[in-house]
Amino acid sequence: MTELSKTETGDEATAKAPSAFLEVRDLKVHFPTDDGIVKSVDGLSFSVEKGKTLAIVGESGSGKSVTSLAVMGLHRLGARGKNVRMSGEIWLNGKELVGASPDEVRRLRGREMAMIFQDPLSAMHPYYKVGDQIVEAYRVHHKVSKKEARKRAVEMLDRVGIPEPAKRVDGYPHEFSGGMRQRAMIAMALVNNPELLIADEPTTALDVTVQAQILDLIRDLQKEFGSAVIMITHDLGVVAEIADDVLVMYGGRCVERGTATEVFEKPQHPYTWGLLGSMPRIDRETSERLTPVKGQPPSLINVPSGCAFHPRCPYADIPADNVSRTVRPELELVGAGHWSACHLSAEDRERIWTEEIAPKL
Amino acid sequence: MSETKKTDTAAKAAVPEQASAPDEREVLLKVENLTKHFPIKKGILRRQVGAVKAVDGIDFEVRKGETLGVVGESGCGKSTMGRVITRLQDPTGGKISFEGQDITRLSTGEMRPLRRDIQMIFQDPYGSLNPRHTIGSIVSAPFRLQGVEPEGGVKKEVQRLLELVGLSPEHYNRYPHEFSGGQRQRIGIARALALKPKLVVADEPVSALDVSIQAQVVNLMDDLQEELGLTYVIIAHDLSVVRHVSDRIAVMYLGKIVELADRNALYEAPMHPYTKALMSAVPVPDTTRRGQKSERILLRGDVPSPIAPPSGCRFHTRCWKATEICRTTEPQLVELKPGQRVACHHPENFADQAPQDTVLLSAAKEASELVPDTVLSGGSQDGTGSEADSRSEAESEAKSEAATGTSAEPEQEQEQEPGSKTEAVAESEAAPEPEAGSEGASDKEQASAAEESGSGAGSASGPEAEAAEPASSPEAAGDPEPVSGSDDAPKSPKPKGE
Amino acid sequence: MISYILRRTFAAVILLLVVTAVTFAIFFLLPRLVGQSADQLAQQYIGKSPSKADIVAVKHNLGLDQPLYIQYWHFIKGIVAGADYNLGPTTVHCDVPCFGYSFKDHVEVWPQLTSRIPITLSLALGAAVLWLLSGVAVGVVSALKPRSLFDRTFMGVALAGVSLPMFFTGNLAILLFTYKWPIFGRTYVPFTENPAQWANTLFPAWCSLALLYSAIYARLTRSGMLETMNEDFIRTARSKGLPERTVVVRHGLRAALTPIITVFGMDLGLLLGGAVITEYVFSLPGVGQYAVQGITDNDLPKILGVTLLAAVFVVIANLLVDVLYAAADPRVRLS
Repeated sequence: MTELSKTETGDEATAKAPSAFLEVRDLKVHFPTDDGIVKSVDGLSFSVEKGKTLAIVGESGSGKSVTSLAVMGLHRLGARGKNVRMSGEIWLNGKELVGASPDEVRRLRGREMAMIFQDPLSAMHPYYKVGDQIVEAYRVHHKVSKKEARKRAVEMLDRVGIPEPAKRVDGYPHEFSGGMRQRAMIAMALVNNPELLIADEPTTALDVTVQAQILDLIRDLQKEFGSAVIMITHDLGVVAEIADDVLVMYGGRCVERGTATEVFEKPQHPYTWGLLGSMPRIDRETSERLTPVKGQPPSLINVPSGCAFHPRCPYADIPADNVSRTVRPELELVGAGHWSACHLSAEDRERIWTEEIAPKL
Repeated sequence: MSETKKTDTAAKAAVPEQASAPDEREVLLKVENLTKHFPIKKGILRRQVGAVKAVDGIDFEVRKGETLGVVGESGCGKSTMGRVITRLQDPTGGKISFEGQDITRLSTGEMRPLRRDIQMIFQDPYGSLNPRHTIGSIVSAPFRLQGVEPEGGVKKEVQRLLELVGLSPEHYNRYPHEFSGGQRQRIGIARALALKPKLVVADEPVSALDVSIQAQVVNLMDDLQEELGLTYVIIAHDLSVVRHVSDRIAVMYLGKIVELADRNALYEAPMHPYTKALMSAVPVPDTTRRGQKSERILLRGDVPSPIAPPSGCRFHTRCWKATEICRTTEPQLVELKPGQRVACHHPENFADQAPQDTVLLSAAKEASELVPDTVLSGGSQDGTGSEADSRSEAESEAKSEAATGTSAEPEQEQEQEPGSKTEAVAESEAAPEPEAGSEGASDKEQASAAEESGSGAGSASGPEAEAAEPASSPEAAGDPEPVSGSDDAPKSPKPKGE
Repeated sequence: MISYILRRTFAAVILLLVVTAVTFAIFFLLPRLVGQSADQLAQQYIGKSPSKADIVAVKHNLGLDQPLYIQYWHFIKGIVAGADYNLGPTTVHCDVPCFGYSFKDHVEVWPQLTSRIPITLSLALGAAVLWLLSGVAVGVVSALKPRSLFDRTFMGVALAGVSLPMFFTGNLAILLFTYKWPIFGRTYVPFTENPAQWANTLFPAWCSLALLYSAIYARLTRSGMLETMNEDFIRTARSKGLPERTVVVRHGLRAALTPIITVFGMDLGLLLGGAVITEYVFSLPGVGQYAVQGITDNDLPKILGVTLLAAVFVVIANLLVDVLYAAADPRVRLS
């Protein structure tokens, strides 16, 4: 994360390959539509080291999924991909992906970076056996016989904790339970030992007990393979459980970023406070009321001026000169490895957090 | 069938509770031995070869003004239960009484007047509103259907309702697609409240919403309950949400209620191992607790198929405390503590209900590998050396604090460090026996028996453990069947949901 | 799976029985309901100005004087066991399956039909291959580049294809390609005799028929593909790093084609029952033409025979589609 401070302050040329395993610089993904340009991601920078987990948190429409698809180069494909506008840089292991040819990115996809999705039932092809889908993923990147690939598939199914893998390899996705399907998805994603794993809400569709199993599995596999993991989720509980670093997105931009400990113990952005206050918590005394964020998520076509969060922010009027509504706040260093984009002064934030927010959580 | 017997016991259990509970409120909805089976037909002649036992004999009552939360994993039958108690689906068996009136077999026409009193809120704020109708016509539909003319006219009443749920009255002529998910859920709530119902059954009312919006809707439902004196049955899979909104909570597993208790009692001292596992699995937004995996109980595999649920206690295939009796005898839902009903032979935080049965099933031994030591030693775990202390404590508390109905032991449990097992054992030896009743004696016997048999499941070492359990240990060593068996279960044909 | 097929077959047999009953009712019951007497019915089978005795004889011979259910029973029995028609001087034996006896031509219906089936089959199958290939190909390309020039052009052509009636395109094709520029043959030659000549003659008919259908299939494929390519599993396939061609064909098309199989089976079954207009336009002596002949002659057994044959084809096609569907989509096999 330290390299980022340089890139952000802009005192170094950005074209150079970074030292981080994955580094995203000033990524913008815009989709022109009839109603206007949807700015799904609008200037996002972050980096992930191998063996570390970055959690991207945000609500639906905050741009977190588009970010992951952009890294994978997936949003450029298909009918919608023709009119996407994308800028910025994505460096994976020393290679730049935004400017790379689609075929170059395709070759990396599945081998160096892999992805698991929210709903494993719809994410697997209903007509093909689970084993065949894994075999397919393996054989795109490895010149091996079907038999060898199948052996590998069984091995992977076994590794992710599917009982009787030699039998289940011939099962169809619909014959698996939700948890088992997600395990099979993970097996498919990891079959080529990718160094970057992107998990897009991997446990949202699962029951809590299964969620615990899957999170455990991801953690163990990460330890074993030393891969970098990007975990996209809206569940702060999952984040606290698994992430080393946290990036909070709002309206296509990063509003707060830092180590998980920093962000959870000393959150600096009113939106992060809002998220924390909205969650009923099982580990605390039940408060009488939750403190929700008022209003609705912003439109990505007409993002509010100034700070995108200002219409929902209870503290938008504290900074002088109406600056919240006119000037877009940039990320600033607010602690050790901790950035936040907010006009509130450090004293105000400290006061609000300790006096108003923290006691209510 | 055993269910009839079960009803009796449950009914008996319910009676003293009603008599003793301090704030006795009128029972609004009473459900007795409710079952809902979906037949599975197979073969050329489409004969019925089995049934999905979605709801398989549950009893509970909902009192006026309270919120009953129903939690459980997908496939436990909670949503079916919700649709059956509102009579959107017909029950297979059992009895549903609303305000003392038996509504189990009422026809659609006979139900109509009651539809005013019982309303439902659905999960999907997108699917449950007709996209071709304006908000005004959606919210006023109940008036039209029931032929009710509210004071001041329908339009005025609808606008009042919209305001009540936090929408603007000007939204009257708009269409659902113009609204966000949270707003649509508000519309759904407005529609449900139009006829001033007495009971609102909400099936996953907030799970499709974003976190910040979720909190808005939860608060709204809370306010409305206070304002209108509503009674809620809230069905959800999110334990944090259920805990926040409910007064009492029913935990369902495979069509049965395994635990039904007051919110605080349940969350502070869950008695059913399943409840405990479920709660421990909820991720908590607090990094300081990370790494303390010690408290998390991982369950093996998946929920078994409701077509052929396991014999005896349905949780025995995944439970780390399961013994022979759990496999053979179905535990009844009995009131162990005031306001806390549990269906378990070996409850946590309470005296063992089947102390003579100490030999763990092989599946339980495997399951216990995933259960942290704190839980094994903290709870009254069979086969571990330290159980006597927690059991006796739990029991003494249960007896001495029976009046208040709360207990302090969760603190004791949480305070226990992973390494404090030996301490716990020492304590158990020093702990005074609570009462010299027959129960205490059997307890003692069992404790010593368990100690003799070694710390079998806990540390999984020592030849004595194997010697003491000749029947099950070879199985555990050589055969992974039990667990994979339960994994396989969902493979069996999925029923057509009809 | 076997139980599934058995069950579907059983259902198909029941369905066929129902179809026979309905057909029978239409041809033998309806005339009575609208007031035709058995005498009038019988009269149709004899030449002009029949004598009373003739009518009685024919009525008796045809069983028209018997109760309806017995007539129906004879009809069914004829199909499975054959029947004898006592025509006064001679007794004609009608072999199994007896679809009736044309009293106008004084021949059995079934051999007439069987001699015509190959022609209809040639027409239908050839056209089906053409329309399936062209329709699906155009649909896929259109779906991959929605709103492109290709998409707009071909969807326009497709719309025209659906709208233009067969007697226009067919006659136009004949005019242009067999008269103006005589590229194609005019008389049907069985495949077994001369395959080249067979294809040569049928080609304009195939194309005209295919144009009509491929337009529908292009639109079906296009919408199916558009939907499928937005599915999560397509995203997964791409995330594995599969080449786009593999993604489209193996993952997208495979899923999008399944519903098309259903429609295809139905269409083919219907066509086999007689592509009436096409056969008429191209003067192909197929089943459809036979039906037209039956209608113009008011020769009930012929019409009945064609109707039954068409029903059989549709039912069989339906059965095949169901089985194919189960083979294609593993999720169907369970239920």
